[in-house]
Amino acid sequence: MISSGIEIYPLISFILFFTFFILMLVFVFRQDKKHIQEMSNLPFEGDKNPLQ
Amino acid sequence: MELEKFYYDNRIVRNFSIAAIVFAIVAFLVGLWIALELRYPSLNGPYSWLTFGRLRALHTNAAIFAFVGNAMFAGVYYSLQRLLKTRMASDLLSNIHFWGWQLIIVAAAITLPLGYSTSKEYAELEWPIDIAIALIWVIFGVNMIWTILKRRERHLYVAIWFYLATWITVAVLHIFNSIELPVTFWKSYSVYSGVQDALVQWWYGHNAVAFFLTTPILGLMYYFVPKAANRPVFSYRLSIIHFWALIFIYIWAGPHHLLYTALPDWAQSLGVVFSIMLIFPSWGGMINGLLTLRGAWDRVRDSAVLKFFVVALTAYGMSTLEGPLLSTKTLNSIAHYTDWIPAHVHVGTLGWNGFMAFAIFYYMFPKIYNTKLYSEKLANAHFWIGTLGILFWALPMYFAGFTQSLMWKEFNPDGTLVYGNFLETVIELLPLYLMRAIGGALYLIGALLFVYNIIKTATSGKLVAQEEAEAAPLVGEYKKHKGEHWHRIIERKPIQLAIWSTIVILIGGAIEIIPTIFVESNIPKISSVKPYTPLELEGRDLYIREGCNACHSQMIRPFRSETARYGEYSKAGEFVYDHPFLWGSKRTGPDLHRIGGKYPNSWHYNHMWAPESMSPGSIMPKYPWMFSLEGNDGSLDISATQKKLQAMQTLGVPYTDEEIANWESTLNKQAEKIAADLNKDPNIDVEPNEEIIALIAYLQRLGTDIKNEPTSN
Ligand code: HEC
Repeated sequence: MISSGIEIYPLISFILFFTFFILMLVFVFRQDKKHIQEMSNLPFEGDKNPLQ
Repeated sequence: MELEKFYYDNRIVRNFSIAAIVFAIVAFLVGLWIALELRYPSLNGPYSWLTFGRLRALHTNAAIFAFVGNAMFAGVYYSLQRLLKTRMASDLLSNIHFWGWQLIIVAAAITLPLGYSTSKEYAELEWPIDIAIALIWVIFGVNMIWTILKRRERHLYVAIWFYLATWITVAVLHIFNSIELPVTFWKSYSVYSGVQDALVQWWYGHNAVAFFLTTPILGLMYYFVPKAANRPVFSYRLSIIHFWALIFIYIWAGPHHLLYTALPDWAQSLGVVFSIMLIFPSWGGMINGLLTLRGAWDRVRDSAVLKFFVVALTAYGMSTLEGPLLSTKTLNSIAHYTDWIPAHVHVGTLGWNGFMAFAIFYYMFPKIYNTKLYSEKLANAHFWIGTLGILFWALPMYFAGFTQSLMWKEFNPDGTLVYGNFLETVIELLPLYLMRAIGGALYLIGALLFVYNIIKTATSGKLVAQEEAEAAPLVGEYKKHKGEHWHRIIERKPIQLAIWSTIVILIGGAIEIIPTIFVESNIPKISSVKPYTPLELEGRDLYIREGCNACHSQMIRPFRSETARYGEYSKAGEFVYDHPFLWGSKRTGPDLHRIGGKYPNSWHYNHMWAPESMSPGSIMPKYPWMFSLEGNDGSLDISATQKKLQAMQTLGVPYTDEEIANWESTLNKQAEKIAADLNKDPNIDVEPNEEIIALIAYLQRLGTDIKNEPTSN
């Protein structure tokens, strides 16, 4: 692959991927607990007999 | 705050459910039929519309878009309303969506057996139907987003992100892969050719699995599994990671369908790396689902719904482990083109999609009919028969794939192939094909029990078309508190969520596809490769009409076992005039890329009339309708030939205006020459205007151009 700078594409994609992933993990684990709990209970809101 | 009273629309949920169930049975029946055809090839009789090549597309489209599609819509309309505490925004849009989608399915069910096909897998429908799909998809999106905007619940539960991402990505995929130039009302050519077309197609094809068969079903899983288990999802954090990681990574993995092909190496490597990374989010999701059930384990024993969920999630885990493994070059070189791949796919569709759908319907029907499931026992019987069906389907096919691959690659000490005749490797598989059909039949029987159970359930209750609910309205602007987490903002703001998801999925697509399309040096030109003659082009369209590519590849990989069997391996530059590409993905029959010149014309003539006459024991269908024999009119339709050439010229195929103007005499001359050659055989009496002549012209041209390459290069 001597031509056209194609080899840069895999490199770009790796850098993108890792930044994306690390950022996502950092943010997700900084979420507060109470909010997470509220979110996971959403499907049960408004039930006539909510979680026993 | 005062509560508002409103009504959930259960009628639309019921309608989509019924459509899903009806088309499930159709998809399974067609599947069973074509499975039997592979064992008993004469089943289709003299009917073109019953052949494997045409019905295979009907089967896949029915399973994906009619069965899973309608099931997805039913589940989405049910859960979306409840998660957002509001009715769907517009009954009119819901109904247009419903009827529009069913009309598209009916159009598919008519056109595919008639041979109107683009040949691109899971995107076979012709351009007018493609446009209809785009319109109806937009209606669905508008209805969903409008409902989200009208909601009474501030935060968007993770299921809804999956729905949104599905909607966006499927729209992008469908539009880019369907860019085609119409020639007539039922005929178009892909604007991409050869390698580029292959890349776009498998970027689409792979992500149709990802974003039609996976992400929406995961959204449903995050709603229905907690509901059925009556406990919240195991880890909401994990579900967020699952979401972002999955949509980001999935979109890159398409090239794993094209390993060892003429696709540039860097694109293949990207596909491999991202495919392997896919294991992590997928397994995260599976574990999240299974662990949600952990406290309900005791109920799994009696509850059919929970059982279906457990096996569905396990099947999801299995296929998402197997997929990445199959994307490694080693395993891919063994499994690709063999029955291993249908086995892999069916664990996904029958296990993951099918069982998810059954579980959701068993859960939902009693709810919307305000009654109990008619028979838990019957549902359990369905579960066991269905599971057995999956095993009977998949195990023989794994075995078949492995066996055949080994036979293809086995050499004698003197360097010749042990099974030089491809057919020997097919006949070995016939008992396994029969077992597979039995597996499919079991699965179908299970589904019929399901239908009975659902009908009995529905008739024992009454549809609660308008289900009353209450919730407080969302009033005023939500005050953002200081230091609020970014993700909470996204959870509140659907538009932002949508935009971010779009960016995330476009990155992967763009990096893969843009260079392949715009960087010329990716596809080394071969000067001796010339456009097809008018007759060959018509022959090629017959090949597309009959779906020969459902059984034949046109892509010889650079392995000794393949070059020994088929000849020189395939080069990217050989396909530059192929709109669409016809590489195929499964070798039920041998590769045809170098078939040109391998046999005399008369061999093909006899073989297409009755394959068994040339290849005893062959499972290839007969194609008598291409011949003007025994009262049949097999004459070639040349009413659009000129338009086809012009369309190709528009797409960049270097036909001169003169060549196009003289198409008819060129075509006739070539047809007469082939007919004259055939008629030398005392047993053959053929007219130049028969379809078989065009097909032979095309087959004899295939892969021959590089033989005219000047040797000094
Ligand atoms: C159901 C799968 C199936 C379909 C559909 C199918 N074939 Fe075949 N084909 C086979 C099998 C199996 C063989 C090997 C046995 C034989 O020679 O008949 C074969 C062999 C061939 C061969 C001989 C290849 C060789 O190198 O010996 C040609 C040519 C061919 N097929 C052309 C076609 C064309 C053209 C179509 C579409 C009109 C078509 N086939 C559709 C299964 C299929």
